Amino acid sequence: MNGGVLSQGLLPQLAFIVVVGITFCGAIIAVFHRNILYNVLGLALALCGVAGLYVFLGSLFIGLMQLLIYVGAICIAMVFAIMLSRPVHLPKPKRKVSKMATSIFAGLLILGVNVGVIYKTAWQPASERKLDWSVKTIGDFLLTRYVLVFEVISLVLLVAMLGAIIISRYNGRTS
Amino acid sequence: MAGFMEHVLANELGRLIVGLIVVLIFSQLNALFLVWLERKVAGHIQLRIGPKEVGPFGLLQTIVDGLKLVGKELITPKRADRILFIIAPVLVFVPVLVPFIVLPFSKSLPLNDMNVGLLVIFSFSTINVLAILIGGWGSNNKYALLGAIRSVAQNIAYEIPLLLSVLSVVLMTRTLQMSKIVEAQTSYWFFLVQPIAALTYFICATAETNRAPFDIPEAESELVAGFHTEFSGMRFGLFFLAEYTNVFVVCAVATTLFLGGWTGPFGHSFGIPGIIWFLAKTYLLVFVIMWFRWTFPRLRFDQLISFSWKVLIPLALANLIITAGVIKLI
Repeated sequence: MNGGVLSQGLLPQLAFIVVVGITFCGAIIAVFHRNILYNVLGLALALCGVAGLYVFLGSLFIGLMQLLIYVGAICIAMVFAIMLSRPVHLPKPKRKVSKMATSIFAGLLILGVNVGVIYKTAWQPASERKLDWSVKTIGDFLLTRYVLVFEVISLVLLVAMLGAIIISRYNGRTS
Repeated sequence: MAGFMEHVLANELGRLIVGLIVVLIFSQLNALFLVWLERKVAGHIQLRIGPKEVGPFGLLQTIVDGLKLVGKELITPKRADRILFIIAPVLVFVPVLVPFIVLPFSKSLPLNDMNVGLLVIFSFSTINVLAILIGGWGSNNKYALLGAIRSVAQNIAYEIPLLLSVLSVVLMTRTLQMSKIVEAQTSYWFFLVQPIAALTYFICATAETNRAPFDIPEAESELVAGFHTEFSGMRFGLFFLAEYTNVFVVCAVATTLFLGGWTGPFGHSFGIPGIIWFLAKTYLLVFVIMWFRWTFPRLRFDQLISFSWKVLIPLALANLIITAGVIKLI
């Protein structure tokens, strides 16, 4: 957390490069590999790397939550869904140009929005920041200023769950 | 020598390295001991004697077995996914070592007493499931795949009540730090005030470690050996080591959360050091889990899943809400 191994000389820089490398490798596997199970495992690797980045940013709590929720729950649910779907050993369909175009467009859009937000934000050096972003502060904010956002996110999850139930319930019966 | 050790222990990196070596040795010895204990317990419950030839009371039997495993050939099935097949046993064993960093064996002994200690344990325990999944899928064997799928369905179902029951203790102590949770129990242990949470945790922990009566993922009579059917030699040994280390870890967490960790009953330690209290309670719970295995028949898969979703989750959720309400009122 504060200080310790992560703040002495060469070691943290090396560790940082390793973590970034893990994230990149995972992301590349997640996008380019033709085996869908490898894609998900690559995603899990990338998310582990992101968890490591959170630790570098000084929040072990968020890093562990990332591991618990994204790697532990979401990736496993994805693999589970893949196992219940089409067999992986069948010949793979060719990549459609239209699909690739839409996915590249969506990816660029998200990237553009993120870069825009990063440029617009007035970043402060760590020493000048007034608030401490400890777990307590985040918790306070979630239940006061951002309570509406918090509730809307849970609504989104509810909608996704209902969608999953409807797909699994009615797909089998009609076809 | 003592001066050198002091120097090493003063450095945080040195402390970490020494700690990791100790953890590695301890986890191996613990797994060997637990395998021996399991065979002895099984033997006595079934009116047999269990291993007795090698060493006093057969204590060295599992060491010999381990050496045999090391000497065996590592067979990779022809159609298996080579990369996944090789990394699965490694990935299954590494995450179970991480909790040892935060386990509070005694007042001064947690390797690193982080303020998010409890979270470390649960976030790394989920990687285990991913490893089982990789192993089962990578073997390219129908029994292994079925075992892996069952394991995941079971783990997803039982992780929720497990975390909910842990949360009610966290709400009471308002901390995720293992040592503070233990210190909050100096006057009384939490299983007295949180019996439902303690029971839910213990049932879920048995299921999370794939132990009987929840050992559906490796049910011999229908799935050969489940997800580790195709693994041979020390690769199989790693799955085995991981399982027994995991049993120890969940029992140690149960001891910390509900049985007062290193403290004695009602604040009296009777002059016995904390680490003895901790290990005694943990191994008692391990014994109970083994006792389960030779007492209850295996559940059917639909019973197993519906028991979690329809009984344990509502129960744990109600317990959490009541706990929160009572804390707010007091």
